[in-house]
Amino acid sequence: MSKKIAYAGNKGDKIRSDCFVTFEMKDSGGKEINIQSKVDTMYGQSIKQLAEDILNFFEINNAYLEIIDTGAVTPVLAARIEAAIKKLLDTEKEYLLPLLEENKYGSKKEQFRFSRLYLPGNAPKMMLNAGIHNPNGVILDLEDSVAPDRKHEARYIVRNALRGFNFYGAERMVRINQFPKGLEDLKYIVPHNLHLILVPKCEGADHIHAVKEEIDKIRADRKIENEIYLMPIIESAMGVEKAFEIASAAPEVVALAIGLEDYTADIGAKRTTDAKESFFARTRIVNACKAARIQAIDSVFSDVGDEEGLRATVKESKSLGFEGMGCIHPRQIKVIHESFAPDEEEIEKAKKIVNAYYEAEEKGLGVVSLGSKMIDPPVVKRAQKNIDLAIYLGLLTENWREEFSHE
Amino acid sequence: MSKYVKNALGRTIPTEINGEEVIPFKGIGQHRPKGRKYSTEVPTCLDYPDDGNKVVDSLEEALKKCGLQNGMTLSTHHHLRNGDLVSNKLFDVVHDMGVKDIRWFPSASFPCHSHLIQYLEDGTIHHIEGSMNGPLGKFVTEGKMQGTGILRSHGGRVQAIQDGEVQIDIAVLAAPSADIFGDANGQYGPSACGVLGYAKADYLYADKVIVVTDNLVDFPNFPMEIEGNYVDYVVQIDNIGIPEKIVSGTLRITKSPDRLHMAEMTSNFLLESEILHDGCYMQSGAGGTSLAIGYFSHQLLKQKGWKARLGFGGSTKYMVQMLKDESMEHILDAQAFDLDAVQSVAENPNHHQYSVFNAYNFHSKGNLTSMMDIMILGATEIDVNFNANVATHSDGYLLHGIGGWQNCLHAKNVIIPVPLFRDRIPVIKDEVTTICGPGKMIDVIVTERGIAINPERKDLIEKMKNSSLPIHTIQELKEEAEAICGQAQKPKIGEEVVAAIKWVDGTVLDVVRKLEE
Repeated sequence: MSKKIAYAGNKGDKIRSDCFVTFEMKDSGGKEINIQSKVDTMYGQSIKQLAEDILNFFEINNAYLEIIDTGAVTPVLAARIEAAIKKLLDTEKEYLLPLLEENKYGSKKEQFRFSRLYLPGNAPKMMLNAGIHNPNGVILDLEDSVAPDRKHEARYIVRNALRGFNFYGAERMVRINQFPKGLEDLKYIVPHNLHLILVPKCEGADHIHAVKEEIDKIRADRKIENEIYLMPIIESAMGVEKAFEIASAAPEVVALAIGLEDYTADIGAKRTTDAKESFFARTRIVNACKAARIQAIDSVFSDVGDEEGLRATVKESKSLGFEGMGCIHPRQIKVIHESFAPDEEEIEKAKKIVNAYYEAEEKGLGVVSLGSKMIDPPVVKRAQKNIDLAIYLGLLTENWREEFSHE
Repeated sequence: MSKYVKNALGRTIPTEINGEEVIPFKGIGQHRPKGRKYSTEVPTCLDYPDDGNKVVDSLEEALKKCGLQNGMTLSTHHHLRNGDLVSNKLFDVVHDMGVKDIRWFPSASFPCHSHLIQYLEDGTIHHIEGSMNGPLGKFVTEGKMQGTGILRSHGGRVQAIQDGEVQIDIAVLAAPSADIFGDANGQYGPSACGVLGYAKADYLYADKVIVVTDNLVDFPNFPMEIEGNYVDYVVQIDNIGIPEKIVSGTLRITKSPDRLHMAEMTSNFLLESEILHDGCYMQSGAGGTSLAIGYFSHQLLKQKGWKARLGFGGSTKYMVQMLKDESMEHILDAQAFDLDAVQSVAENPNHHQYSVFNAYNFHSKGNLTSMMDIMILGATEIDVNFNANVATHSDGYLLHGIGGWQNCLHAKNVIIPVPLFRDRIPVIKDEVTTICGPGKMIDVIVTERGIAINPERKDLIEKMKNSSLPIHTIQELKEEAEAICGQAQKPKIGEEVVAAIKWVDGTVLDVVRKLEE
C-alpha cells in the first residue's frame, strides 16, 4: 500500500446536497471519524452510524475518516465513503444499500423514448430530483460529463442512485465510457435493475458484441434476469457508415442515437442551427434504424435558454423520422414531448382511420376504406401509433372511440 | 415569576412576557378586543415654528428634544430593507448618549442590522419587538438578549400600536424625500424605496416623530405619505441607505428547474381548481418560486383572455408587466421590491400606494387579505395538520420574521409551494418547530413531488378528483420526505423562552425557546 490517503466527493461554497470524504488508512490507533455537517443537528448521529457501519463492513480497524457534508442523502454519503475507501483498499466487496421497491419496474423494447435526461454521473444533487420532471428516460452519465479523475467515484454515485433514488417510472439508463474502457463500468451498473446502456462513439458491431458479452457474463454471475437494452451512439463518420451494421448487431439494440458535436468535429464541419452539415448522417441513421426496426434518436439541443429554437428543432427531427431527443436540462422535456406529439390534425385523421379499421373488422370486411378511399395496412399502423402516442401524452382518452362513434 | 399555560393550539406558553401579561391564543376568530384605540397627547402648533421649519442639526439633538430616556420604545420602518443605514446610526447615537434599556420596535430587521448586536450586548437595547432575522435571530435563540423577543406580523404590529399594546415613544422614520415641515415620501431621491406604508402606524401613534432624510426638498413635498402635521423634527444626514441594497435591480424568476416545475404545477392547480378566474384578486411574494407562479399565471390569464382585477404587492417587475399588458387592472402596493416597481408606482395611475395599515390590521373595519382569491406563501416547515412555520428552522434557530404572512392566511385560498426537502432537511414533517400559522387556514401545499389539499377543503378535493396533477395526502408527502432524507433527530431545545410569536389579534400563538449547546 503505497498511497495512504484518499479523497472522494465535492466541497466548496456552491456545493449542496453532497459531501467530501477524506480517508486515511492507519496501522494503529483505532478508528477516528470526524463529521462536519450542515445538517448536524438533525442527521449528525445517523451520518456517524453510517460511517461506522461502512468501516466495519470493510473490516477497517485503524483509520481516519472525515466527512464534510452539505446535506447529502444516505446513498450519496455511502457512495463517497466507499469510493474513498476503495481507492486504498483492494476488495471485491460492495457496500450496497437496499434497492428501493419503487425502483423494481421493468422496461420494454418499444418504450417511448422521446426524452432522455442526461445527468452528470458525479452530480448527485441533480439526480435526486430528475424523476419529477417526467422524462421518458434518465441517463446517468459516466462518460463526457465526468472528469477523468472522477470516473472512479462517479461509478459509486451512479450505482447507489440506481438503487436508492426514485426516478418515478423513467427508463433507467447509463452512458458508459468509450470502448474498451466502458467495459469496466458494467459491473457497477448491470446488477441494479438497469434498463438500458448507451454505448458512446460506437463504430461497429464488434463494440456491441463486446459490451453484450460482458453484460451476459455479469448477468450470469449475479443471476440478473431483466433484459438490458442497448442504445449505441453514432458520433463519427465511421459510425455513420456502419449504422445498419450497428443497428442490427444484437436483438438488445433498441435504438441508435446520434451525437452531433463529435460527428461534426469528425467530418471537419461547423455545427450550425439549420444543421445542413449533418443532414446526410441524420437521414442515414434514420434509414438504418427503420431498416433494423428500431428507434432513431436525435442529438441534444444545447442552448437551454432557447425554447423556440428547441421546438423548431424537434419538429424538424420528427419530420425526418426521429422518435426522440436527448435533453441536457429538465425544462427541455415538456417542449420535446409537446413537439413529438401528434398535432390536432394528425390525431383527427388517425381517429378516422383507426375507427374505419375497427368498423371494417367488426363488419368482417377484409378491406379498410374511408369514404371512397382504400386504406393500406401501413397507414393504419401509423395511425394506430399516433393514437397510442396521443393517449400516452394525455391528448386522448383510452376510450376515445365511445365518443367518436357518437359524433 | 411567570407560570405556564397551554393555549388553544396546545402550545405551552408563559403567562407573562417582559413583565407584561400574555393573552394565550384562543382559536381563530375567538378573541375580541375591548376598549378604545390608543391616542397620543394633544399637541399644539404653538410648540412648532410658524415658518414650518422643523429641521434640527443632528439626530442627537432631535432625540434630546424628544426627551429620550432609559427604557423608552424607539420605532423604525424597514422600507430601506437591507440597505438601511438609519436604524444603525440611531443606535450609535443612542449608545453615545449613554441611554440604556431601549425597546427597539422595527417593522422588520435585516442582516445589515447585525451591527446592533453590540448594543444588545452592552444593554443599550433591552430587547427587540419586530423581526429577528439572520444574525439577530441566532443571537436571540442562543439566549443572549436581555428581554424576550416578540414577533408580530405586519398587521399585528399595526394592531399592537393601535390597541396601545406597544406605545412608541419616538418614531425615527427614514424618508427618501422630505421637506422642512416633515412631509415625506419614498418615491424620490437617491435612496428611493417606492412607498412608506409601514411607517403609517408609527407616525400616527408615536408620541414623537423624527423624519430622517438624505434628500431635503422644498416645501411642499408631494405625495405626502408621511404628513408633516404629525412630525416633530426633521434631520438631514448624508445617506439614509445604500441604494443597491434597498431595492433589488435584478429580482428574477427562479432558474432552478425543480422550482419552475413546482411553480408550473401550482399555476395549473390554480386553473384547474378555478381559483384562477377572470376578475380574481391575487397576491404573491417576491421569492423566485412566487415570481415564477406569477409568470405562469400571467400566461394562463393571457391564454384565457382573462384579467386579474387586482394584485396586492410587494410589487415586482413581473406584476408591473401584468399591469402594462392589461392582464391586471390595479396594483395595490405596500412595498416596491425592485426598480421597475418603484418607477411604476410613480408613473402608472393604476399602480396605487396601499399601506399595510389598511390592508393587514385585524382590528379594523375589514381585512383586504380576506378578499384575496389567490395567496401564494412560503414556509420553512409544515406539519401533517397543515400548521406552518416561517420563523424558525428545523435546527431550532430563529431566522426569519413573520412579515405579512400571518395576515395573508386570511385569504380565500392559501397555497404554499415548498420543496419536499431542502438539502436533506424535510419541509413536511410530523410537527413543526414553531407554529406561526394554524393549519386550519392553510389550504394547499404544493411540492415538486405532489400536492396536498387540506381535508377541510372538501370543495377543492372534489374539484380536483379527476385531475392529472399528482394529488396526495399530506401524510404521504411526509412519508416520502422521510424516505428520502431519513428520520431526523430533534434539536436540543431548552426551557427558557427567548421569543414569542403573536397572532394577528395580539394573543400568543407559540414561543421560541433557547437552544442548548
